[in-house]
Order: sequence, then structure tokens, then C-alpha cells
Amino acid sequence: MTVVTTGAMQLKPRAMGRLPRLLRTLLPGLSLALVLAAIAALNPRAISYFGFTLMLNLAVPIALATIAQMFVITGNDLDLSIGAFVGFVGCVTATYLRDAPLFGIILLFGCLAIYAAVGALIHLRNLPSIVVTLGMSFVWQGLSILLLPKPGGRAPDWLLAIMGHKPPLIPFPVLAALIVAAIAHFGLMRTSYGAILRGSGGNAIAISRAGWSLLKAKMALFALAGLFGVLSGLALIGITTSADANIGNGYTLLSIAGVILGGGEFVGGRISPIGAVIGALTLALAASPLLTFMHIPPDWQVAANGAILIVVLAARVLISRAGTER
Amino acid sequence: MVVASPVVVELEDVEKHFGAVRALGGVDLRVEKGECLGLVGHNGAGKSTLMHILAGTSVPDRGRVVLSGDEQKRYSPSQAKKLGVRCVFQELSLCSNLTVAENARVFHSALRGFNWRRKAGTLIIDKLDDIFPGHGIDASDLVQDLAIGRRQMVEVARAFTATDEPVRLVILDEPTSSLDAHTAGQLLSYMRRAVEKGISCIFISHLLGEVLQNCDRVVVMRDGKTVAADRAKAFDRAKLMNAMGGQEQQSEARAEERLARGQSPLRVRARPKRQMGIAELVAREGQVIGLAGLAGHGQTDLLLGIFSGAMRARPDIEVTATVALVAGDRQADGIFPHWSISENIGVCSLGKLRHGLLISPLREMTLANFWRDKIRIRTPDVRNNILSLSGGNQQKALFARALASDARIVLMDDPMRGVDVATKLEVYELIGEEAKAGRTFLWYTTETDELSKCDHVYVFRNGAIVADLTRDELTEERVIQSSFTEPS
Repeated sequence: MTVVTTGAMQLKPRAMGRLPRLLRTLLPGLSLALVLAAIAALNPRAISYFGFTLMLNLAVPIALATIAQMFVITGNDLDLSIGAFVGFVGCVTATYLRDAPLFGIILLFGCLAIYAAVGALIHLRNLPSIVVTLGMSFVWQGLSILLLPKPGGRAPDWLLAIMGHKPPLIPFPVLAALIVAAIAHFGLMRTSYGAILRGSGGNAIAISRAGWSLLKAKMALFALAGLFGVLSGLALIGITTSADANIGNGYTLLSIAGVILGGGEFVGGRISPIGAVIGALTLALAASPLLTFMHIPPDWQVAANGAILIVVLAARVLISRAGTER
Repeated sequence: MVVASPVVVELEDVEKHFGAVRALGGVDLRVEKGECLGLVGHNGAGKSTLMHILAGTSVPDRGRVVLSGDEQKRYSPSQAKKLGVRCVFQELSLCSNLTVAENARVFHSALRGFNWRRKAGTLIIDKLDDIFPGHGIDASDLVQDLAIGRRQMVEVARAFTATDEPVRLVILDEPTSSLDAHTAGQLLSYMRRAVEKGISCIFISHLLGEVLQNCDRVVVMRDGKTVAADRAKAFDRAKLMNAMGGQEQQSEARAEERLARGQSPLRVRARPKRQMGIAELVAREGQVIGLAGLAGHGQTDLLLGIFSGAMRARPDIEVTATVALVAGDRQADGIFPHWSISENIGVCSLGKLRHGLLISPLREMTLANFWRDKIRIRTPDVRNNILSLSGGNQQKALFARALASDARIVLMDDPMRGVDVATKLEVYELIGEEAKAGRTFLWYTTETDELSKCDHVYVFRNGAIVADLTRDELTEERVIQSSFTEPS
């Protein structure tokens, strides 16, 4: 008798803890569905192969930058330089990568090394990441201006070909987002070292006590952020065809918002790669297509975008609170 | 035949200083194969420091660490793990954002490759089944969703799992403090089985009974030194207390005078959410009310309900005075880790500490110093960071926070977890005094000893009150028996 009753008693609290968690996991998807439904209601023709290709045009670099930011947030840090970095990569892509490909590639790999070094610096000196990355953002910005004082350059042809690719049935941006989400999810959520990386954000002491190097973990997270930042810059130039030193400036805040919108949290290593990509898509859609269809003048679009963010985040807080009160 | 050295670990003349404070002053310790060594001593006696040195997470300033016959020159956590030393630390060391299986993976670098998730899950769940049958934990559960008792179970089970590295010595630092009597019993019997199989254990506990019953040998620490060591049979409770330098004070005589206060004004009337029938919890001014039962059966929820009931009216909970809460999960819910001791004590009394619009640092200091002296928080300066205190002293600071506030009702969520006997006795005394002065205490505890300090005890099961015992009716059997009955 005792066995049966203890079994019943132990099931209950778990089932209770799961419902809000499930809701929270579904929330990014729900907000995307909501934005899509609104667009469909306002302009049914937008829901088509061509419509998606057009509307989600800029979503791919945003999604990549969001994933980059997510790696940094996994380790309880914040990267305020990602926007300027994407801009710098863009400038390199539109100049050296076309004119002197080998040097361009070396330069981009050098960027990864610098990102890893920033991670090492933050860990070894125990510096606040926002200070270090804010400083780095000026470095990247300055380098971009040196490289491309006025807008110009041109994307390499192979890059234009990739970004202009039109796969059958599924619009390219959607396909690209799926691939990015799958790769990031597999790398961080499914691999065994991914667990260590997330654990370093959850309880760094526990990770180091178990014999893992926190330095390596931090460097890996920042290098991964650099890698996805490079990909984001490449994708961006592949779409815009030419570069500008300020091209990525909006990406810093967009990427942070995307991670949070996708169910991530600033501390504790609680992140979701799939959610982050969905968050980036939602932001990209809510940013201009939806608001344009709603006939909101461009002057008000940024504010309207902020309002959407606040509503989604408020919903998340309410759901978590419902979970803890039960 | 392999002649293995019977000594698993040996410490010789180990010394450790933290700044000006001497944590260990020349400690010798040896643990033999298949032996369970009990380690007792008050908070701050150096037990945890010693364990950190054994686990490689802290490097001694002087002395030798010898494992399996080899002196360890460059000893580190990974080296310790390679040699089979496992440690269950007092502050939990699981990653709460990971699943149970992933936490097992963090511990074992051998768990990788294609199938690591399943392998890790099977490893940890098999061990949990072995130690805590009927534990109700799933490998895919996130640790943050588990109650503190279950987290402790995962942590303990993880320490006993083996992959390519052997398990030779498991250090258990207050492993039963978050467990209820039933699961603590399961753990202790598993520990004995493991010891019979040749694994060595170091068992640290403030519950002297547990130590005397389950250990082969007992070492007593005091002020950073070992002061006594002998077979467990050679000790009894009084002898241990004596060696630890504690003074056992029994104050049972208060029962009479407390009963007289039974008709004082009502302070709390609360019905648990899942309560059937008419049972409800009633607390009056000057009473100490115990909340008992197995861990995680709704006691904490009710306390939190009462706390929120004091802020805004709720139909099921009536509170007639101000409340303060002493959190059970000290690290997560109690202390502000970046604040000083005085800020941590003063945070519930900001109204009193105000000078104009600002907090007066002087008043804050005065308040903190008063409580430091009153309940003997061991610190040279209350402006130090709260983390400079040992665990028990942090808990005292949390008590000081609640008692310094003007709250008439103090809710205590198993606050004595991992606190040493001397501190406990001091706090019991304090609770008695404050109750006499008219404060009401609601006290959730997993230790039956502490229930005897209460005027009235409610036993919880599945989120409901299943028994309502007065002080005279209270016995350990009745509490345990009611803990397993279904709510009617």
C-alpha cells in the first residue's frame, strides 16, 4: 500500500511543474504564430513563397546574430559588440574577401581568435562582460570606418549566389532559419560538451569542481559567438550586396531581444537555440512588415516594436509566476 | 594477489589560513579502506575546509596529502576524481539549468559520444533506484524543478556512480540535512552497504545520533584541530558534546508556562489549498507551532501562502500581524551574497534604519552589532561580506534579520539545515525567549527533536494537514505514522 501511495504522491508535483514550463517553451512559437496570423489577416497575399522570401529577407542575419548573442548569454555574459562586429565583418566581406580572398579569410579567422581572447580576458581578470564588449564595440566600429570610410564595396559573387538561392517549395530564409536552429540546438543542447557549456552558466563552481576548465568553456562560448557573428555579417552582405560601417549597429539590441523573446534568461544558463531563432524571426516580422501592413507610419514603428516586446515578456513573467504559485 | 594499501587517504599536519583567520591548524587524518569515518564539530571548526582540501578544491598552505600511498604534489579536483575521491558538498553543486542526466554527464568526462544522454540517464537513475527506492525522479527532469530534498538525493547518488574512474572515498558533508527521516534512513543504510563493499566514507553530520550509529570511527574537530578520535563505540552523545566543547542545555521546564498562554489573541488561521474536511492551522500570540511530515509535502507552500496572506487579503488565510520569513534554502532564498553582514541583517528593518530619505549606515551598524553580540555571529566586523561567514553563522544572520524586524509572526522554513548543535541550542533559546515576549513562530522542520520545542504540531501529507498534535500527544512514532496516512 505504501508503495502505491508514494508513487501517486510523487507524480503530482512533477506534473504540476511541467505545465508552466511547457507553456513557456511554447510561448516563442505562439508569439510568432500570432504575428503571422496578424499579417495573414491584414494582407493574405503576404503568406506565400514570394511574400516570405521578401518579408524574412533580413531575418537570416538577425537569426545568426541572435544565436551568437545566445552563446554569450549562456555563460551569463552579454555581448554589446556584436552589432559593430557584424558591421566590421560586413566591411571585410565587401572588400578583402572579394579582392584578396585568402587575406579576407585569414582576417575573419583572426576575428574568431580575438573573440576567444575577449572571453579569456573576461574570465581571467573577472571583468564585467558589458564593459569589455562595449569597449570592443568601439574597436570594431573604428576598424570598419578605417576599412570603408564611406558606404561601398561589393559582395563576392559566390555569396550573392548563396543568399539569392531559391529552393523549391520552402522560401530560402525559412530554410536557412531551420538549418541554423537545428545546428545550434544540436551543438548546445544535444552534444555532451554543450551540457558543460550550459552548466558553466548554471553553476560555474560545480563545473570547475567536476574538473572542467571554465577558461576553456568561456573561450569556446565566445569563439562560437564570433563564428556566428561572422556568418551573420556574411549573410547580411550577401543580401545588401554592399557594405557600410554602420550596417550592423541595430543588431546588438535586436540580438539580445531575440534571445530573451525566445525564452532565454540573462543569467543561469537558461537558453533555447530554437526559441532564439523563432524570436529573431518574430522580431524581423514585427519590425517592419507587420507594422507597415497595419499602416503604422515608420516614425512610430520602433515604439510599436518595443510594445510588442513588452507584451511578450510580460506574458512570460505571468506564466512563470503562475508556475511558482501553484 | 594484489596487496592494496589499506589506507585510502592520509592527511599530515595540514594547515590552511584564510587571511588572518586560521581555518586548520595542523590536522592529521587517515581513512582506511572500507571504513566509515564520522566527522563532527561545531560550525567553523574546520570540517568543511578539511573536506575541500581532500576534494582538491582548496590547496593547503602546509602539510601533506597522501592518496593510496602516493603524496599528491599538485592536487586538483580532477586529480581527486581520477583517484576516486568524491565529495557531496554542503552547498549543492548541481547545475540547476541542466537535467538530472546532464548533471551526471558533467561529473563523468567518460560519458560522451553518440549515446551519452541515455547512458548518463541510466547510470544516475539506476543509482537512485539503488539508494532511494521510490524516489520519483526522472532523468529528463530539470534540476530547477526538483525540490531541495530531491536535489540532494541526485547529488548523493551522483557521487556514488562510477564509470571509468573508481569510487574509493565518498565524502558526505551534511547529506541528510535536506532529507526527511525516511530518505535519510535510506541513505544511511546504503552508506553501510557501500562501506561493506570496500568503499570508504567520511560522514559529516550535526546529528550526533546518526554519526554514532552509522560510523566505525569518529573524529572530533574543534577550532581547526582534531581533538579526539576513537571507535564510534567508545563514544556516546555526552562524550562527543564534551569533546566538541558544547554545553548541552535542556530547557523543558517552559512547557507549563506556555500552555497558560493558549488563549492569547489569534495570529494566523490558514487552510492548506488541498485540504479536505475542516482541518486548519491556528496560531496564537506567543505560540511556537511546528509543521511536520516528510519533506516537500506542502509545509513550505503553506508558509509562503501565509507570507503572501499578510500582504494582501486571501480567503483561505487570515493573518493579523506582520510577518517575517527565515528561508530554508539559504543560498537561493536567504542571503544577498553581494551584501555585507549588516546589510543582510538590516534589510527587513529599513523603516527603523532610515534617516530622512536615506538609510543611516550608523543605525544599520548598531543594529547588526547588537544582534552579533546577542546571538554570537562569529565575525570580526559586520561590514564584511556575508559569505565570509560559515554556513551556520549565515543562518544566524538570517535569524537576526527576522528577529530584528518588527514582525510579530516569524515563519521558519526548516532553518536549521546544516547548523551545528551549539548554534541550534542558542537559537532554540532565542525562540523561547521571543515567544515569551509575544512573538508567534511557525516552524517547519524535518527534525523530530525540534518538534518537541513546539507547543503544537501539524503533520502534513500531500499538501494537507493529516494530524494535529498537542505537545503532550507528540511522539516520534506518531509523527512518522501520520506522515504516511492519506488525508481523509
